[in-house]
Amino acid sequence: MSFPYESSRRLDKAIERVMVGILRVGGWASVLVTFGIVITLVTESWPFFKAVPFGRLFTDRMWTPLFLEPQYGIGALLAGTLVTTGVALCVAIPLGTLLAIYLSEFAEPRFREVVKPMLELLSAVPTVVYGYFALLTLTPILQKIYPDLPQFSMLSAGLIMGIMIIPYVTSLGEDSMRSVPMLLREGAFALGDGKLGVALRVVFPGAFSGLASAYVLAISRAVGETMIVAIAAGLQPRFTLNPLESAATVTAFIVQVSLGDLPHGSIGYQSIFAAGAVLFLMTLGFNLAGHILRRRFHRAC
Amino acid sequence: MLASQNLRKQEARASRRRSIDRWFGRIGFLVTLGTLGVLAILLLNLAANGLTRIDWQFLLSFPSRRAAEAGILSAWVGTILLMMVTASVAVPLGVAAGIYLEEYAPKNKWTDFVEINISNLAGVPSILYGLMALGLFVYQFRFGQSILAGGLALACLVLPIVIVATREALRTIPASIREGAFALGATRWQAVWHHLLPYSTGGIATGVILAMSRAIGESAPLITIGALTFIAFLPPAPILAHAPFISFDWLFSPFTALPIQMFNWVSRPGEEFQSNAAAAGLFLMLITLSMNGAAILLRRHAQRNIKW
Repeated sequence: MSFPYESSRRLDKAIERVMVGILRVGGWASVLVTFGIVITLVTESWPFFKAVPFGRLFTDRMWTPLFLEPQYGIGALLAGTLVTTGVALCVAIPLGTLLAIYLSEFAEPRFREVVKPMLELLSAVPTVVYGYFALLTLTPILQKIYPDLPQFSMLSAGLIMGIMIIPYVTSLGEDSMRSVPMLLREGAFALGDGKLGVALRVVFPGAFSGLASAYVLAISRAVGETMIVAIAAGLQPRFTLNPLESAATVTAFIVQVSLGDLPHGSIGYQSIFAAGAVLFLMTLGFNLAGHILRRRFHRAC
Repeated sequence: MLASQNLRKQEARASRRRSIDRWFGRIGFLVTLGTLGVLAILLLNLAANGLTRIDWQFLLSFPSRRAAEAGILSAWVGTILLMMVTASVAVPLGVAAGIYLEEYAPKNKWTDFVEINISNLAGVPSILYGLMALGLFVYQFRFGQSILAGGLALACLVLPIVIVATREALRTIPASIREGAFALGATRWQAVWHHLLPYSTGGIATGVILAMSRAIGESAPLITIGALTFIAFLPPAPILAHAPFISFDWLFSPFTALPIQMFNWVSRPGEEFQSNAAAAGLFLMLITLSMNGAAILLRRHAQRNIKW
């Protein structure tokens, strides 16, 4: 009898050592990418933050770093991001949660297996296509209801963005609701509660940290979404919380400046890295919160 | 008397609950259909506005100032070349990282950090990859606003997708397979190469397809590195008629891509350009939806064939 792995142990060990080295390089690649992002954002935006008095970031009411008399109120960009994200969440959280409850507690398993991947296609649609849809299809419809709506509006962009992030809420939410142990449901049924009652009073609270992580990740997606807002919400920074107006988000500002001529080291070049650094910090916060919530949920199960 | 009244009350409550449940079931079903309906409306809308524009002339023309003469030749060629760069970087690195983290990495603080890092990386907005590529690849490494810089940016963007897919595929393989290989004297790499990788090909391929479909639709990172939108020429051919027969000049060529071309047309006034945008969008949708469909089928198929 011969063993398949008997021949030349020394060669095998050498190959093993080489392969471990190669694979480890792959493992480091993801860390290198993160370092690349952080270091680039810090070094390229450093001159901007050094030149701009820190207080003016919060006291100025306009964001016009490229003008002759520049204003640096980053609040104007943050307001745009806040409003579009808010509108998107008003769509995605109720609809996404409802779909998650329905698919996990009510739908036939066969129906769920077909529908869930189809829903996930919604987040696979290229965002530039969504932007087209928001600007050229949804906005004209909304203008029929509310004639004063401008061609670019945060409402239209936010609504479409909400549809884009529904799958993030539904998919993660449904997974966490289904991992709530059957015993808990059966206990509640035995006490005479109906399906919806069990879903809302037993499954929903039981899966809450999983659902919360889904919400947080959806927020992070909406904050970082670029093309929909750049196409449909407008490129002009404006300090407003009214979704019926047009205003640029942090991401749309980066696109707007990138579309022009952008010499290395110019103030425009520095300003998009500054905006990027702010964006990175925001999404990092949400991503870490989502990660912690999800981990807590898996431990609790 | 009191008991039967109580019973009747209970029954009334139970039947009310049942009707609430029925109603919720109906609402849920309708909302599901409605949400999927958005996808259908999106496709029909693009088809209604763009289908008439699609012909050979549209596929084989460069962009033009006159909407009726414009086409997507440089755009789809650019997209294909970008994907070649992206795939050849992201797939080997991502699979290697997945294997390392799942099969080799010791459980310690560093691995924990890498883990959190990947989960954060998957949530970093795509435009930040564009900024990194602009600062690092375009200016620091002097790749210029080229296919190489764009492809690398997209590769970094989809790296987490490939890593996560590889790890999940490896995780479904039972420990007994590894133990069996070790018992026969295999080294860890031999177990990976002879057993784990072949058994997880389906899962990894699914992840790779999804990653590529994501990369094809991305425009934000390409816009930040300054991908030009008006490109009326093709990059140099990778295969030459004379020695040395293979050229990598195309890597450093300026480029455009399908989503960027579409963005350019969307932001122009005039209905003609908008129908060009719809036609380009229809192409993008068909590519990404069919890739996602293929991934879904492949995943099903891979799951069905597993009998451990």
